Amino acid sequence: MIGVVASIIDGVLVGAVYGLAAMGLTLIWGVMNVINLTHGAMIVLGMFALYFLASALGLPPYGAVPVTIVIGFVVGVLVYWIAVHRVIGRAHLMSLLSTFAMNMVLIGLGTALFSTSPYNVPVPLPGITWRGYTFTGTHVVAAVLALLIAGLLYLLLYRTRIGKAIRAVADNREAAELNGIPTTQVLSFAFGLGVALASVSGTLIATLFPFTVLSGGAYELKSFVVTVLGGLGNPAGALMGGVALGLIEGVATPFMPVSWTPIIEFVLFVAVLILFPRGIFAFARS
Amino acid sequence: MTINRLILITAAALLTFSQTSAADDTLTIGFTVSRTGKLNNDSIAQMRGFELWRDELNAKGGIAAGGKQYKVNFVSYDDESANARVQQLYTRIINQDKAQFLFSPYSSGVVATAAIVSEQYGRIMLTTGAAEEKTYKLGNKNLFQVYSSADLYLAGAVQAVKELNSKADVALVYKDDPFSKAVLQSARKQVTEAGLKTALDEAYSPETTDFGPIINKIVSAKADVLLGGGHYPDGATLARQLYDHKAGLKWVTLLVAPDSPNFATLGDAAVGVSVPSQWEPQVSFKPDFGPTAEEFTQRFQAKYAIEPGYHAAGGYAAGVLLQHAIEQAGTLDQATVADVLNKMDVTTMFGRTKFSTNPKEHGLQIGHEMVLAQWQKKDGKLVKEVIWPKAAKTADILY
Repeated sequence: MIGVVASIIDGVLVGAVYGLAAMGLTLIWGVMNVINLTHGAMIVLGMFALYFLASALGLPPYGAVPVTIVIGFVVGVLVYWIAVHRVIGRAHLMSLLSTFAMNMVLIGLGTALFSTSPYNVPVPLPGITWRGYTFTGTHVVAAVLALLIAGLLYLLLYRTRIGKAIRAVADNREAAELNGIPTTQVLSFAFGLGVALASVSGTLIATLFPFTVLSGGAYELKSFVVTVLGGLGNPAGALMGGVALGLIEGVATPFMPVSWTPIIEFVLFVAVLILFPRGIFAFARS
Repeated sequence: MTINRLILITAAALLTFSQTSAADDTLTIGFTVSRTGKLNNDSIAQMRGFELWRDELNAKGGIAAGGKQYKVNFVSYDDESANARVQQLYTRIINQDKAQFLFSPYSSGVVATAAIVSEQYGRIMLTTGAAEEKTYKLGNKNLFQVYSSADLYLAGAVQAVKELNSKADVALVYKDDPFSKAVLQSARKQVTEAGLKTALDEAYSPETTDFGPIINKIVSAKADVLLGGGHYPDGATLARQLYDHKAGLKWVTLLVAPDSPNFATLGDAAVGVSVPSQWEPQVSFKPDFGPTAEEFTQRFQAKYAIEPGYHAAGGYAAGVLLQHAIEQAGTLDQATVADVLNKMDVTTMFGRTKFSTNPKEHGLQIGHEMVLAQWQKKDGKLVKEVIWPKAAKTADILY
């Protein structure tokens, strides 16, 4: 019984990080109706950013977090202008293809530079032990930071002018334009923000597990599941969805072979798509 | 055409042909290395074993066979730890690069693929870094296995555990790949036969990086002993996470990973972890030919500045064995060399080597024995000691 509780707590901790990753995806989706298929590559960007900042430049691992937010934002804005700007408002397929192509380019570049070898950033932190089960320090810190960043995002979206502008553009782009909001700049800002969230979640994940250039794919899939759980365009829902997914993983693992976990996730994915197309947490949208 | 021009052309042609015939006789050996991907740590170690052998041999003038001296030339490619690449590259190595003999890549999964190609073209392949027996049971003529086969890997560990604690609860947690599954299939039987209880029996996907859930299961199962693992990246991560999670195990035997000198970078997480090993630098076999284990270790350390693990030793042994076979055969002819290899029963720095000639399992290694090594702290530094079998041990078991 205690094993299940420990597993649930572990799952929730990791789930917060999944939620953070998904927040980036859902923000972009909600604001500009673009499914960002470079999401996985951006998570990997964050992972490698941690590796180079911590190992090569000797920065303390968590010091890399603010740096990655900035790097992710800049890269996001660049990707927006290269791949997304001209296909917004057009057929969905165009933006899908555009971001997909961008993803292939980025992963290809990454593989050429770093190959598919595993990288690891050791982060020595004491864990919290409870009745024989230990929760690693890195898991706890990652969850705390994820919640902190999510909180900052909330403040940005609901307490600043740019946040208001983003929400306006998400609601109705033409009306926002008519009100004098420079929508193109707001869109590029929002894209940059979404990518920054993805990258920083990659950094946090890299403090937990080893990674390769191709690791982003698995987390991108989880982000899709979480986004559907939480409702499209709903960052708060995404965070809750992430925690929910982590919880489900935590509950399932003690009772079945670990390799069954992805099956559970995807059955859930399909079930939610059919039964709650707007997401289980759609009510959380203000 | 004037007579002068004709003479010039004939002279040029003759010169060209005479130059090609004056070239050194070379023996081309082909193989792939996983320079990138999950298998790269151990595959590169194996490659270093090959290269050390080649460099020493060429420095002495090459292999002497049938009155001629052959310098050894390697043709090798990066297989990216991927089966598809192994298949493409071995086909290329045989057809385009015209390799006369083959070494295998590293790790049973990809070696099985390479074996299909090598058998298709009838080329002799010395397999090293490949312990799964199934590859040899599919009806082959030209495979020769250097390593002991998978079913022997954990036998020693099970025996040692039984002696230390006959009531131990054993958790079998291993990677879902051909090699690890083959080892654990036998280990499962060995654990039951030893009268030990199996508290947990689970495979993890090769892509796993988060062992937290499985470790929680190990703790829930109240296991004392863990047997399993896979290859380097997952084994090293599992060992580190076991330490971070304070899983409370009294005995951990992981496959492959702890044998690499890089495992020492885990620091305290490495202490007490044992590994079934094909070879350790401390072994004291008296070789029929080639260097002793000590000499090999010194030369390897001089060239690469780290101690060799069994992957490098296996690579080196493959070279030494092939060299001996060609020298004895006196020719590069495949059938004759294969004949010599089939009849071989020799001892090298790697141990005893004898290939099975039973057509149902041709090439299976039946002479070689394994040891169990454990990381212990000696004067504050991490060293690998041989703890089993008792006859070969260099230190006492840490339990």
